[in-house]
Amino acid sequence: MTHHLRADVVIVGGGIVGGSAALFLRQAGASVILMERDRPGSRASGVNYGGVRRQGRPPEHLPLAQRAHALWANLRSLIGEDGEYVRSGHLKLARSAADMASLEAYAARVENFGLGLQLLDTADLRRLYPMIGDSAIGGSLCPEDGHANPRLVSPAFSRAAAAAGATILDRAPVSDIRITPEGFHVTSAQAEITASAPVLINCAGAWAGELAAGIGDPLPISVIHPLMAVTEPLPPFLTVSIGVEGGGVYGRQVERGNFVFGGGRGFAHPKADARSATTPPDFARPERQAALRLLAQGTGLFPALQGCTIIRSWSGVEAETPDHAPIIGPSRIHPGLFHACGFSGAGFQIGPAVGAVLADLVTTGRSVTPIDAFRPDRFSSPA
Amino acid sequence: MTAAATTSLRPVIVGAGPAGVRAAVTLAAAGLNPVLVDEAARPGGQIYRQPPAGLTRPPEALYGFEAAKARAIHTALAPYAGQIDHYTETLVWNIEHGALDLMNRDASGQPVSTVLPYDSLILATGATDRILPLPGWTRPGVYTLGGAQIALKAQGCGIGKRVVFAGTGPLLYLIAYQYAKAGATVAAVLDTAPFVNRIHALPGLLACPDTLLKGLYYTAWLSLHDVPLHSGVTLREISGPDGTVAALHWRDAKGRDRETACDGIGLGYGLRSETQLADLAGCRFAFNDLHRVWLPERDDAGRTSVAGVYVAGDGAGIAGADAAEAAGERAALALLQDRGLPVDPTRVTALDRRLARFRRFSSALWTAFPVPAGWAHDLPDSMTLCRCEEITVGTLRQTVRTDTPTELNRLKALSRIGMGRCQGRMCGVAAAEVLAHETGRPVSAIARLRPQPPIKPLPAATLPAPVSGEDTP
Ligand SMILES: Cc1cc2nc3c(=O)[nH]c(=O)nc-3n(C[C@H](O)[C@H](O)[C@H](O)COP(=O)(O)OP(=O)(O)OC[C@H]3O[C@@H](n4cnc5c(N)ncnc54)[C@H](O)[C@@H]3O)c2cc1C
Ligand SMILES: Cc1cc2nc3c(=O)[nH]c(=O)nc-3n(C[C@H](O)[C@H](O)[C@H](O)COP(=O)(O)OP(=O)(O)OC[C@H]3O[C@@H](n4cnc5c(N)ncnc54)[C@H](O)[C@@H]3O)c2cc1C
Repeated sequence: MTHHLRADVVIVGGGIVGGSAALFLRQAGASVILMERDRPGSRASGVNYGGVRRQGRPPEHLPLAQRAHALWANLRSLIGEDGEYVRSGHLKLARSAADMASLEAYAARVENFGLGLQLLDTADLRRLYPMIGDSAIGGSLCPEDGHANPRLVSPAFSRAAAAAGATILDRAPVSDIRITPEGFHVTSAQAEITASAPVLINCAGAWAGELAAGIGDPLPISVIHPLMAVTEPLPPFLTVSIGVEGGGVYGRQVERGNFVFGGGRGFAHPKADARSATTPPDFARPERQAALRLLAQGTGLFPALQGCTIIRSWSGVEAETPDHAPIIGPSRIHPGLFHACGFSGAGFQIGPAVGAVLADLVTTGRSVTPIDAFRPDRFSSPA
Repeated sequence: MTAAATTSLRPVIVGAGPAGVRAAVTLAAAGLNPVLVDEAARPGGQIYRQPPAGLTRPPEALYGFEAAKARAIHTALAPYAGQIDHYTETLVWNIEHGALDLMNRDASGQPVSTVLPYDSLILATGATDRILPLPGWTRPGVYTLGGAQIALKAQGCGIGKRVVFAGTGPLLYLIAYQYAKAGATVAAVLDTAPFVNRIHALPGLLACPDTLLKGLYYTAWLSLHDVPLHSGVTLREISGPDGTVAALHWRDAKGRDRETACDGIGLGYGLRSETQLADLAGCRFAFNDLHRVWLPERDDAGRTSVAGVYVAGDGAGIAGADAAEAAGERAALALLQDRGLPVDPTRVTALDRRLARFRRFSSALWTAFPVPAGWAHDLPDSMTLCRCEEITVGTLRQTVRTDTPTELNRLKALSRIGMGRCQGRMCGVAAAEVLAHETGRPVSAIARLRPQPPIKPLPAATLPAPVSGEDTP
């Protein structure tokens, strides 16, 4: 028998974005039902690298990232645990003069956003970070960027929302959405529940495109599978989180000593039970060439990794947009529908702020943080 | 290692134990040119493992009753040297899109990874010990039964002067016997299975009377030499000053607390199939109630749910070395049949009959030596369950209470269990039992760990093999 529930807001997806939206909406006094297909925080939000990094984001994304920065500072009061969040610093390396020049140009461009970037020349780098190989010739340090444990942080947002009074339905895959003048009627056949609300928020991660298309509001979302690997535990050798100008590899040493690093792509798990040809699968797997390239990149940057072993690699399922900027805001078709998806491999740091912005939008009609760069209608606007 | 001159697809066999060797020889005899891959330097697998070159103990000393079989497996490949490419000291670390990833070392010691596409694949990857920890199990001096046997076979040394073998399964008695024969004092053999189970299992065990007799022989020999044998025991704790092993505390079948002084302990609860490669190859799995684990689905000949992928030997479910030989040959014949090549039908029938008997026998063994019921109930919170990541039972219980995971991958994500060096190959069984017990669900309902490449640790310095020319790994 299907149960009918009613609330001010229905959220689809219990990743860090949906979970924090539920939390902030509750704090703003709205009643919330969150429907999650699996367990909260078990998808991209729970398997990512854990980089809580502002450095490198385009200037128009920085107000949102700064809002998130302030929220991360209060993580414990928000979600009840520290989630292993540390402001370790994020060091972005340059491997050529041209790369160094672009780090310098970036630092100049974002000067007014308060990232506190410090440019390091080759001598600084050798002195401060002797563990980094000679291929790096300089870098840019953002001292207050850092990292957290995504496995702990992301589920905790939904848990905190539940503690604040949100109804969190796990193992409740949304199978049908009906739109009437009264609002949205969101059904999970598996959980035998229909939730109705005047407001619907699409936080379905890599599956957000499918959800949107299903209600006639297509979004240009494709699916990517970022690749990660981890070594056995090593003696402490690195405190900062590392990125590289131009990409290719990023890495950090976790508390237990393992070095976690990422770069390149995996592929959709061949076994995944895709529900239809267009549905992104639930799991992804590392791709062999990319995995070996990643190893070469890692050992190239960190001579300390030469003698150690890799114990695991993994990948996740993430949404990407054509301009690599997320989609956040009201649907241009259905009043009451909001999208928050397409984070293009960088939604963990901003996740909490996206939730706060969604709460603004729903309860006040506008966001105090500029989100113009993320308008859902930017792709379809007539040229 | 010889260069594989062809670049065309060939059948590949992983594992050069009894199953893999028989499979390779069967394919070669039918005119195919298989590739046989194994981590070890020499053929033999687990049971007929050969000592490192230089250590020369005669097979009779190493393998006892099985010396002739060991010799047969060791020498089986030689007549087909031109047809079978045996890649030794080569780890299969991944399977993806119809090809294996192999890692070995070049002449300078540099680890190199090669892609080896296959047109069909026989996985004969064997098994490792099934471990259920008890307090103190991480102390130096505590070994798996397999580790204890390897110490004896490959290194020619034992795990202690006064040793206890504890857990359950036929290997307990075999290895105790081997140790006693080699001159060690076996202080006790402590079996958690009640003796009455063996009586219930007797009809099934009679399916393989020779093997049964051997088992009885070991037990009788041990009794005759005054080795204390106890069944229906509960293992409680390993103790000793300063983190050493000095005694094993246990409770006998009548409920009396007892203690056996020792300086080495071999621990094991039967074997656990190595199935990660079958998983990566996309094979469908089913829960096996008797073995209490997930196994690749297969027909009686070893065909999996993926066309062209076969499983044989202990890697497909524990049945022992003789069964592994038969299963390896049978899987190879299935491969030939599936390619429309002629096979001897009387041989197929004979093997099928043999394998059916082995299946009955192996089922009876699990009846005789079951995983102890209620094992997860009595564990103290402080006990380390996962030694790679140093996770205690208490942490797992706490995770189950706060986050209510109902399946193993979620428990892994939340607690790190199975994320360490062994990737759950050691701790996975125990973690599954704890999760099942804490959530009140059957073990079959809590899924299995999704394997991720590399299935065993891979040197970070591994480079892709040069792409041109030879496909020698
Ligand atoms: C390997 C990897 C590394 C990354 N590294 C970083 C990093 O270092 N820093 C950073 O900022 N970002 C990083 N990211 C990106 C970041 O993880 C994501 O952008 C972010 O987690 C997206 O959050 P989300 O809540 O939108 O998506 P998800 O966490 O995927 O959540 C979406 C949820 O919706 C649910 N869902 C989908 N369909 C339905 C349905 N029909 N019914 C009910 N529920 C449904 C899903 O089950 C899922 O739980 C990385 C991503 C990956 C994969
Ligand atoms: C300690 C111990 C004692 C035993 N004693 C007996 C006994 O007395 N009597 C009996 O009948 N049975 C015994 N067994 C069981 C017996 O070992 C097995 O039944 C038999 O060896 C199974 O043969 P197999 O060919 O299936 O696997 P195995 O003999 O285990 O061979 C598997 C091979 O695959 C290789 N391999 C696996 N994965 C990979 C990979 N990823 N890459 C490369 N190579 C790989 C391994 O190196 C190994 O050589 C014992 C087992 C153990 C562990």
